Amino acid sequence: MQSTSHAFPDNARAAVKNPQLKKALNHVKAGFIDKRAKAAAKLPEFEDLRDAARDIKNHTLAHLDLYLEAYEARITEQGGHVHWCGTAAEARDKILEICRAAGAKTVTKGKSMIAEEIALNDHLEANGIEPIETDLGEYIIQLRKEPPSHIIAPAVHLTKDQIEADFRDHHDHLPAERNLEEPAALVAEARGILRERYVQADVGITGANFLIAENGASVIVTNEGNGDLTQTLPKVHIVVASLEKVVPTLEDVSVILRVLARSATGQEFSSYTTFSTGPRRAGDLDGPEEYHVVLLDNGRSGMLGTEYQDALRCIRCGACMNHCPVYHAIGGHAYGWVYPGPIGAVLTPSLIGVEEAGHLPNASSFCGRCEAVCPMRIPLPKMMRHWREREFERHLTPLPLRAGLGVWAFFARRPALYHLFAGLKTRALGALGRRRGRFRKLPLAGGWTAHRDLPAPQGPTFQQLWAERKRDGQGRPAASA
Amino acid sequence: MSQDSAAQEPKVGLFVTCLVDLFRPSVGFAAVKLLEDAGCRVEVPRAQTCCGQPAYNSGDRRDAAAIARQTIAAFEGFDHVVAPSGSCAAMIKEHYPALLKDDPDWQGRAERLSARVHELVSFLADVLKVDSVAAAFPARATYHDSCSGLRELKIRAQPRRLLASVEGLELAELPEGEACCGFGGTFCVKYPEISNEMVSAKVANIESTEAELLLAGDLGCLMNMSGKLKRNGSKVQARHVAEVLAGDRDTPAIGEGREG
Ligand code: SF4
Repeated sequence: MQSTSHAFPDNARAAVKNPQLKKALNHVKAGFIDKRAKAAAKLPEFEDLRDAARDIKNHTLAHLDLYLEAYEARITEQGGHVHWCGTAAEARDKILEICRAAGAKTVTKGKSMIAEEIALNDHLEANGIEPIETDLGEYIIQLRKEPPSHIIAPAVHLTKDQIEADFRDHHDHLPAERNLEEPAALVAEARGILRERYVQADVGITGANFLIAENGASVIVTNEGNGDLTQTLPKVHIVVASLEKVVPTLEDVSVILRVLARSATGQEFSSYTTFSTGPRRAGDLDGPEEYHVVLLDNGRSGMLGTEYQDALRCIRCGACMNHCPVYHAIGGHAYGWVYPGPIGAVLTPSLIGVEEAGHLPNASSFCGRCEAVCPMRIPLPKMMRHWREREFERHLTPLPLRAGLGVWAFFARRPALYHLFAGLKTRALGALGRRRGRFRKLPLAGGWTAHRDLPAPQGPTFQQLWAERKRDGQGRPAASA
Repeated sequence: MSQDSAAQEPKVGLFVTCLVDLFRPSVGFAAVKLLEDAGCRVEVPRAQTCCGQPAYNSGDRRDAAAIARQTIAAFEGFDHVVAPSGSCAAMIKEHYPALLKDDPDWQGRAERLSARVHELVSFLADVLKVDSVAAAFPARATYHDSCSGLRELKIRAQPRRLLASVEGLELAELPEGEACCGFGGTFCVKYPEISNEMVSAKVANIESTEAELLLAGDLGCLMNMSGKLKRNGSKVQARHVAEVLAGDRDTPAIGEGREG
């Protein structure tokens, strides 16, 4: 996918001015936060499960090569094929090749962030193959030719009215006077249209929430059941997954599943948890004739052994963005690439470079709410700070900030000078602002005063007043004198 | 006071914080009063400036580490170090040891300071076991939990407990209380539009409580929120929680001058 992460400040400015987006984003706060809190509170062992889930992934990442090889061996035994792809280009070419070999004209797709990462739809379309998204949210944004704005709720940036308008535009074979008032009517309409497409498809492509090394199963969780039809009806099933999705055992998956849905949507479990292990065996009632797993690296192995390794524990639950005040303010598209929110701010510079995506880890107030809710206990703020350090070392930090910091640090490292200048400056500012107590405008403070007043200093600094108090014995001076 | 009781008085170093030093000394004096009332001997080392967060959070580890070393040295020899800010206390407690972990000369000293540093209100409540204050402040108030204090230092119940003992003060819970106010240090000037969205949502929640007084434990957040309230023409006044606990009703509220 083509990135616009370098234009993050412009993207964000445009986003905050978009009233429809604002309306849609209210659903993120209202729809996810309370539900997750309730689900977590209801399960006494929730915090312990988070520890266990973290430990499982840490163990896996420490032996990633081993588990991936075991996984591949199982798949091969079970009659499937694993394709190791280093880059996005390799992965999309491999998928195209499999589709062509199957003579595919249309492919159905379950929800997959990796497919977004490798820009699969564009590639298939450019080569004469029609991809059909079967997840409702993905279907909507496909109609609109937009990328997803959230990793589990791809169309969360849209209001119901916008979606209704899109359906009326695109489904013009349906009676114009039909009633689409209720969200359920929209779902039913999409279902009806998609149902026909499932049977036409030659290839079904799904993502994977987990790949299990011990039995070669790939696991997807959905609430619509669309993944099941995508992977069982067509002749060929392709699983596209990144390599950190592997976990050792089925037991491990069951631990992580217990935190996944609770963190994501506040459900105890997603409606569908679907396993696939290979092509149809003799005697199976359904299933594909061919089974392929396209295993993508695309920069992830380079994160192993670095301060960003912990981000590979991510299970893409979306909790960090659901609780992120920056995400609430600007939505997902402003981040400019596949993964928005706090995990996007950490992952994007790792995968496409900090030169392109350097704004993302900077656009955080370090409020820490993401880390507080991340089921895998990924220290997201700490990793964003690491990116800022990498930028600072490489002189990628914007010059005005760097210069301002330099002056400030010069004084902050010299207490005597610091107190002298602080005293002079606050006295002057205090005298200026004393009458009203605040400034509406102040030179060099435009970033602050564009949106809010700046409280004026009371007058002398605390240190000056404290020195006076010491001099005069214990008499306490009036602070605002 | 006998020699004996002087020897038992805990010796507390006040980490003033740069914002209190520059903008609102009354918070520092309120902290001193609360600590002294609770039986502490308070000193204010002059060799302190700022906790170093602006550098640390901008990726400038070298300056942040230099400031950390300076702060550590300034506060050795105190029984406790107390800051009227969850954010600065968390910086010293949580991040100094991480910042200096590869410096064999300083790592231990950072950890020793980390073990002794506290945010003011949690120090009063948890360490000194203060459960009430002798202050009156008749007002309907709401309390904003600043992020670092809330999540890094687990400060939530302590200010509410102490505020409950303030005569005449009525506390209304703030909706979406765990949301950041949008200050975030340099964040608010680096990404002003995003910060503005955040603080706008926050002040809407504040107004919804019909409180006349906004309290918090961090001056940065307070300046941000009161600046927005004032810009919106709101009547809500903002004060640091320490000022109210110390019963300081004379100092004008944040962002208010002699003429209000
Ligand atoms: S970083 Fe954590 S909270 Fe965010 S999507 Fe990944 S697992 Fe979920």
